[in-house]
Amino acid sequence: MSLTTSRKPPGAGRPQTLAEKILSQKAGRPVKPGELVVVEVDHAMTIDSIVPTVIARLEYLGKDPFDPRRVSLVFDHVAPPANVNVANAQKQGREWARRTGVNFFEVGRGVCHQVLVEEGIAKPGMLIVGSDSHSTTYGALAAFGTGMGATDIALAIATGKTWLKVPESVKVVMKGRPRPGVSAKDAALEMVGRLGADGATYMAVEIYLEDGAEEAFGLSERMTLANLTMEAGAKAGLVVPSGEILERYPVPEWLYPDPNARYAKTLEIDLTELTPRLSVPFYVDNVHPAAAYAGTEVDFVFIGTCTNGRIEDLRAAAEVLKGKRIADGVRMLVVPASSEVLKQAMAEGVLQTLIEAGATIGTPGCGPCMGRHLGVAADGERVVSTANRNFRGRMGAASAEVYLASPRTAALAALTGRIPGEEENP
Amino acid sequence: MTARVWKFGDDINTDDILPGKYAPFMVGEDRFHTFAFAHLRPEFAREVKPGDLLVFGKNAGLGSSREYAPEALKKLGIRATIAKSYARIFFRNLVNLGIVPFVSEEVVDALADGDEARLDLEAGRLYRGNEVFTLTPPPAFLLEALKAGSMLEYVKRHGRFPAE
Repeated sequence: MSLTTSRKPPGAGRPQTLAEKILSQKAGRPVKPGELVVVEVDHAMTIDSIVPTVIARLEYLGKDPFDPRRVSLVFDHVAPPANVNVANAQKQGREWARRTGVNFFEVGRGVCHQVLVEEGIAKPGMLIVGSDSHSTTYGALAAFGTGMGATDIALAIATGKTWLKVPESVKVVMKGRPRPGVSAKDAALEMVGRLGADGATYMAVEIYLEDGAEEAFGLSERMTLANLTMEAGAKAGLVVPSGEILERYPVPEWLYPDPNARYAKTLEIDLTELTPRLSVPFYVDNVHPAAAYAGTEVDFVFIGTCTNGRIEDLRAAAEVLKGKRIADGVRMLVVPASSEVLKQAMAEGVLQTLIEAGATIGTPGCGPCMGRHLGVAADGERVVSTANRNFRGRMGAASAEVYLASPRTAALAALTGRIPGEEENP
Repeated sequence: MTARVWKFGDDINTDDILPGKYAPFMVGEDRFHTFAFAHLRPEFAREVKPGDLLVFGKNAGLGSSREYAPEALKKLGIRATIAKSYARIFFRNLVNLGIVPFVSEEVVDALADGDEARLDLEAGRLYRGNEVFTLTPPPAFLLEALKAGSMLEYVKRHGRFPAE
């Protein structure tokens, strides 16, 4: 692996985007958008709900992992198991992990993307493929993370490689510091709303943080941004390294877009002007000012997931709920993104605050995000969630409505039982 | 033999194609496909016949990477889809499973739900009554995989990816 070298990609002449830089590095030669490349992957990740198919494909190929150190299995999607089928699937995955020696993270360790970042497996400049569409999250630290299906992941595990079409990139510039109470989630929803659900399909989104945004948005916030690029169809969502990323990681010298790199389009978001956003059923790109839905009654509030289940998110919710009680008739579920987040929230008293306010706490993992367990929504119920999808039936009943929002907006909704207006959530 | 056209709109996501709660590991490998389009078109899984043609608008298959969504369609006998455009993971999954993903704005606009049509997969031609539509085949790299049956079959047979 040439990951830690700081040389430029060989023979690079024309200015390159960050996506082109990483894929050129992987290909060992300069590559251009539209080119099809077969490249080595640095890490392949799979999860409890997909691993049975991955194992079946590997058995069909007659292959074991090419390099088990470059493979991770995380139990997060239906963890703990909701029924016997799932328990059996997890048993099979657990036995496969033990036999092959791949990295294995048990029920309760957390959401796959959070775990790979916390464990230091994901590093800047890597190519990471995952059997979860939100694998774009690794772009927070400028790793080219991309989601794929079970067969693609099995092929990557078996061969150590994958095929990719080198993408064009969309440039998203986020400028300035957001006002208090406005978060990276609001910025990310604004981005998806303006790009549209297929605004970046087959493309990489490259996010430039400028004029204070590079300090305002650390690793956690960048994970929220990179995570939601998927909802514009992105192949990867890369945040140009700056701020906290430079403090936490060695960043190779080549891992920056060239100044005159060519982008398919550019979008600018002035964070200083941004107000709380809401993504309204049943499409993620259906984004509006949260205040436009002020007063809408809410049955259930869910704070968690790979989008917004980190300590910063739980703190934002606790800040709203400190010394208060959630509204009568509202349920509130908090699912920390990982066991590390859970420990930290416990040490800081954040958990105490949330529980005293009336919230219940779930096992670290995906929670009810995709409507399988741990608190799915009933017919006709209205949910405010910090997750990343609000498709029809996503969280349970087909007639349930899911509104996507920041942790602060979600906590305010729990407090009053309504989507907050401008006075409470400016 | 003609097949029925099942036409869907734009932005059909993989939660529409197979809701998460009906994933194979939730309800069993033997019956998950019977929940295809369970929320959107509950009659689909009961009435669809092998060889029927699925037609989508733009951004077909957005959302979750769940391969069991197209796998449910494969189990129901779908061998080809036509869309104005595809979300990328869904497109890869189709090729990996050996379902041929055609792209054509014109053909999608021309077809109506319930149409009877005949698809010549090899020639990339679609017949409806006296009309003939030509479909552009997928790119050479993917066509090579599809000719082997699927990307999985290709790699099993050759030990490498096409063009590697």
